[in-house]
Parts: sequence; structure tokens; C-alpha cells
Amino acid sequence: MEKNSPQSHQGHKEIPKHEIQNEYPILIVGIGNTYRSDDAVGLCVAQHLKRQTFDCVNVIEESGDGAALMDSWKDSDAIILMDAVHSGAQPGTIHRFDVHTQTIPTKFFHYSTHAFGVAEAIELARALKQLPQNLIVYGIEGKSFEAGIGLSLEVEKAVEEVMMRVKQDILNCSPRKYTEYH
Amino acid sequence: MKSRRIKVDCLARVEGEGALYVKIKDNTVVDIKFKIFEPPRFFEAFLRGRTYNEAPDITARICGICPIAYQMSSVHAMEDAFGVTVDGQLRALRRLIYCGEWIESHVLHVYMLHAPDFLGYPDAIQMAKDHPDIVQRGLQLKKTGNDLVALLGGREIHPINVRVGGFYKVPTRQELAPVAEKLKWARDAALETVRWTATLHFPDFEQDYEFVALRHPEEYPFNEGRLVSNKGLDISVHDYDNYFIEEHVQHSNALHSVHKGRGSYFVGPLARYNLNFDKLSPLAQETARSVGLSHVCRNPFQSIIIRSVEVLYACDEALRIIEQYEKPDKPALEIQPRVSTGYGCTEAPRGILYHRYRIDDEGVILDAKIVPPTSQNQKTIENDLWQFIPQHIKLPNDQLTLQCEQAIRNYDPCISCATHFLKLKIERE
Repeated sequence: MEKNSPQSHQGHKEIPKHEIQNEYPILIVGIGNTYRSDDAVGLCVAQHLKRQTFDCVNVIEESGDGAALMDSWKDSDAIILMDAVHSGAQPGTIHRFDVHTQTIPTKFFHYSTHAFGVAEAIELARALKQLPQNLIVYGIEGKSFEAGIGLSLEVEKAVEEVMMRVKQDILNCSPRKYTEYH
Repeated sequence: MKSRRIKVDCLARVEGEGALYVKIKDNTVVDIKFKIFEPPRFFEAFLRGRTYNEAPDITARICGICPIAYQMSSVHAMEDAFGVTVDGQLRALRRLIYCGEWIESHVLHVYMLHAPDFLGYPDAIQMAKDHPDIVQRGLQLKKTGNDLVALLGGREIHPINVRVGGFYKVPTRQELAPVAEKLKWARDAALETVRWTATLHFPDFEQDYEFVALRHPEEYPFNEGRLVSNKGLDISVHDYDNYFIEEHVQHSNALHSVHKGRGSYFVGPLARYNLNFDKLSPLAQETARSVGLSHVCRNPFQSIIIRSVEVLYACDEALRIIEQYEKPDKPALEIQPRVSTGYGCTEAPRGILYHRYRIDDEGVILDAKIVPPTSQNQKTIENDLWQFIPQHIKLPNDQLTLQCEQAIRNYDPCISCATHFLKLKIERE
């Protein structure tokens, strides 16, 4: 199914449309630690998205415990994760992974307080054949992971772009069911 | 002169990131540095000027793995400061939520982080390919702990229902019933976990440790007790600062805790077990004996079995608490702040977690001190490596590195408590 998915106007693959069975078929998960500077960016995006209401979409915040993540996505058809990463790219760079076609480099999500974190959860789910039907991961390149509150300027600037792209993913996933209330 | 150096840039499967540096010359270890990069005491500074009732939720954010421990140590310290004693069913609920945290934290370490070492896999992902049923059992068992924390804490991660004096909301018996059913399965799974971990191969390794843990006259310790050791220590938590000091070590930004006049000490599951075996439930004691453990275990590599015994105990204890539970009339006791200093020490999954707060008459925190278990074990970890590496010095660098990582993982070091990242570097020159 993945291989035949159409390309979106942004150049990345759409989440395939499929029959919606669950109350919240789309789950958005913001991951991070509020007290570790840019590590909070995933939470920040999630908090912004929570202020808008979407049909069929549940937005939650997690600290990045891999086992809890695996459990959280069991009841949804499409999952979108957002977390800070540190890969050496420019701070604020947005990486997007379609998990069914890409392996997640474990060191990419290294800036987590969890040894069993996002990348490990995804790869373990793959090994156990428990990957959700659709799983998109946004990694936002962080600049500072020091103890402290607040995003650095470069990362703050990426928040809106990530929100737009996540909303596009939601649209692609379920155009008829998607409604945004302002 | 022949010298060699091993470099490992990243120590996987410990919580966080730090560094280990080992230098070997002529098959002799000449230097070991276990480094922690700690953004110095951010949270202690951050707490100053906050009110007493914010401490549980702020400190819970120090660690995503053991937030309950931080909440418990902080509420006990505050209640100590204000002369309040929480007892009865509220006290029982605190033990219950702690059971949940022990289950989730220990199971994560046993199955996902430590077991791959013993079975020869680089990680749990590779292990899952050959042993999917075992990994599935671990995930489900951990989930039981998560469910218990979520039910009592309001949510799994960074629970928000714990407050000074009790809880914001307490469950009914009916609300606890579904988790009791899961705990019955979990107790059986924990028993299987003890039997399974006992079949692993353990290096023959022991040292003359000073084990330090809480000891309570009637129960296996979670929230309360005196601080005792196998070398005669027996003090009130109030006296912690008179017996334990934190020393700054040049190679590490974190502070090394030492027992004054004695040096390193050992906290965590092994210490608790050795000092409180008689307080384990009959099932936990019986199971430990059935797999060949005595009432004392000095081999840190066998901590994986002891953690499993503690998971079994936590399931057993949680079921006992739920069976005897009656919903309390009020979810929390009234709190009246006063000028005081409060002390709290509880048993986090990894060992004793000490909090001390000085409070003014309006309940504002004037200063805070937090000593996590990992910083207390840090010197012991270094000492273990000084003993362990010479015994395996002839191994090739990559194998020696793996063995060192395993030796560090014996302590389930939660570097996210002591610091955010742990990078392990081993060098042989």
C-alpha cells in the first residue's frame, strides 16, 4: 500500500487513506522534556495543535518512554510523532520519516532521557511486527538541550512549519473527516 | 612499554548520557574516570522561590522513569517540615503508586536494557527477533506498572495527582478492580521473570560493599524507615547530611556522594534486598530461595534477578493493598506551612532519593537539596570497574568494552536524574 501512495505537493508521501475504525483514528504525539530547552519542541507543537480542534484526531504529550509510546499507538490507525533530534544539521531543520519505508537511526533521537526511546520503540515494534498502519515521525533539529526553559530562536521558528505539515498530513489522511475549528 | 586504549563514545542502554574513560598500560589499569556532565543543580536553583506545593510536580520532571520517587520524597519532606503525618489508606495508596513505578522501571531495565547483555544481543530489538515471546511478556508486564501509575497518578508519564498531604483525587474500590485483574497476571509473569533471569550466566564478582537502604519495622521499604547499612549505620533520615556528603570530582560535573569517613556505598535493589529480605512477602522470599538466592546477594551482576524479585514483591504488595482498600473520606490532609526544614528519603527504583527543603512562613522554598540514587552509586560503579577490568584485561577491546558496559548497567544508572546524557568512553592506549 505504501509503495503506491501518491506524493503530496510538499514532496513527501501522503499517509494512505484507509477505512476509519477508531474513535480517534489519527493520533498526534508530542514528545520531550519541558525543562531541557529545545527538547520541549515536540511538546510545544502538540500544545499548539491541542488549541485547535480536529475531528478524529487525538493530541497527546509524552516524555518519550518507548514502551508507553508503543502502547499509546495501539488504538489508532495513523500516528504522527514529533520530537527534538540532534543529527548535526542546522538548528530548526525539520526531518520527516515515513517509518514503513525508512529505518529510524537510533542516534538521531539520542537526546532523550530514555535509553529505550522513540527510535527503539519504532524498531522494536517493527521487529515484533506491531508497527501501526501509518507512522510518520517529525524530528526537529535542536540547538540546546541544556537544563532550562524555552526554545532557541531557530527552533521556535520551525514550530509553525511543523504544525502546517502535520495538518497537511491529517488532511491527506482523512480529508472528509478533517475539520478545523478556529 | 606496551599500552593500549579503548574508546567507546556512547554507552547504550543506560538512561541518559555520560562518559567512561579507561586507560590501560602493560595490562594494568592506570586510570578510570566515570564522568557525568551535570548542568549544575538546575532544579535545586529552579525550586528556590517556588511554593512548597509546586515541589512534587516540578521535581517529577527531573526523571521520566521515576517521577513518583521524586514526588514521594518531596511530599514526605514537606510533611516533615509542617509536622503532618499521612497514614491509613492515603499512606497505602502511596505505597500502591510506588509499586507501579517499581514495576515499570524494573521491567524496562530487566527486559529491554540488561537482558540483552546476558544473552549476547546488542539491544532489545535484536533480542526480540529471536525471543519475541519474552520481549512481549516484558512489555505487557511493564504496562501493568504504567496502568497502576496512570490510575493513581492521573497519567502514566509525569503524574499530576500526588500532592503534599495526600492526593488530589482518590480512586474507588471499583476503579481499582480492573488493575487488580491485570496484577494477578503480572504476578505470575513476574514469577516467570525471576525464574528466567536466574538461568542467565553471571560473572563471579563480589566486593565488600556497604549497602545502604531504608528499613522499616513492618514492611519492605518504599516511603519510610531508618537509613541502615550492613556496616552498622542506623540513622534517622534527618541525619542524612551528617553522615553523607557530596564531593566534587574534577572529571565529573556531578557530585560523588560518600559516606563520611568510609567512602563509597551501594544503594538500590541489592541493598534493599540484603537489608530487608525478611520483609519481602512470603511468595517473594520463597521464589528467591527456589532459584538459589540466599538472603544476601553481593554480586551486582545478579541485580537482574533481584530486580525481578522486587517486581514480584511489588505485584504481590499491590494486590494486598487493593484487597484491603477502602476509599478515604478526604483525598488529602490540610497543610499549614510554617518556617521549617523538612527531610524526605524514599526508595526510588534505583535506590534512596533524598530531598531537603527549607521553607519560610508562607510556604516558599528558600533552598532545596536533592540527592538522586545514581549520584550515590557513582563511586561504587567506578570502584567496581577498578576491580572488574583487571580480571578481564586480556579480552579484545570490543569485548572488554561490552563487559564494562554491562558492569555499569548492573546499577541501572539513571543519568537523567544525575544529568541528561551519559556518554561512555573507554580508552586503551
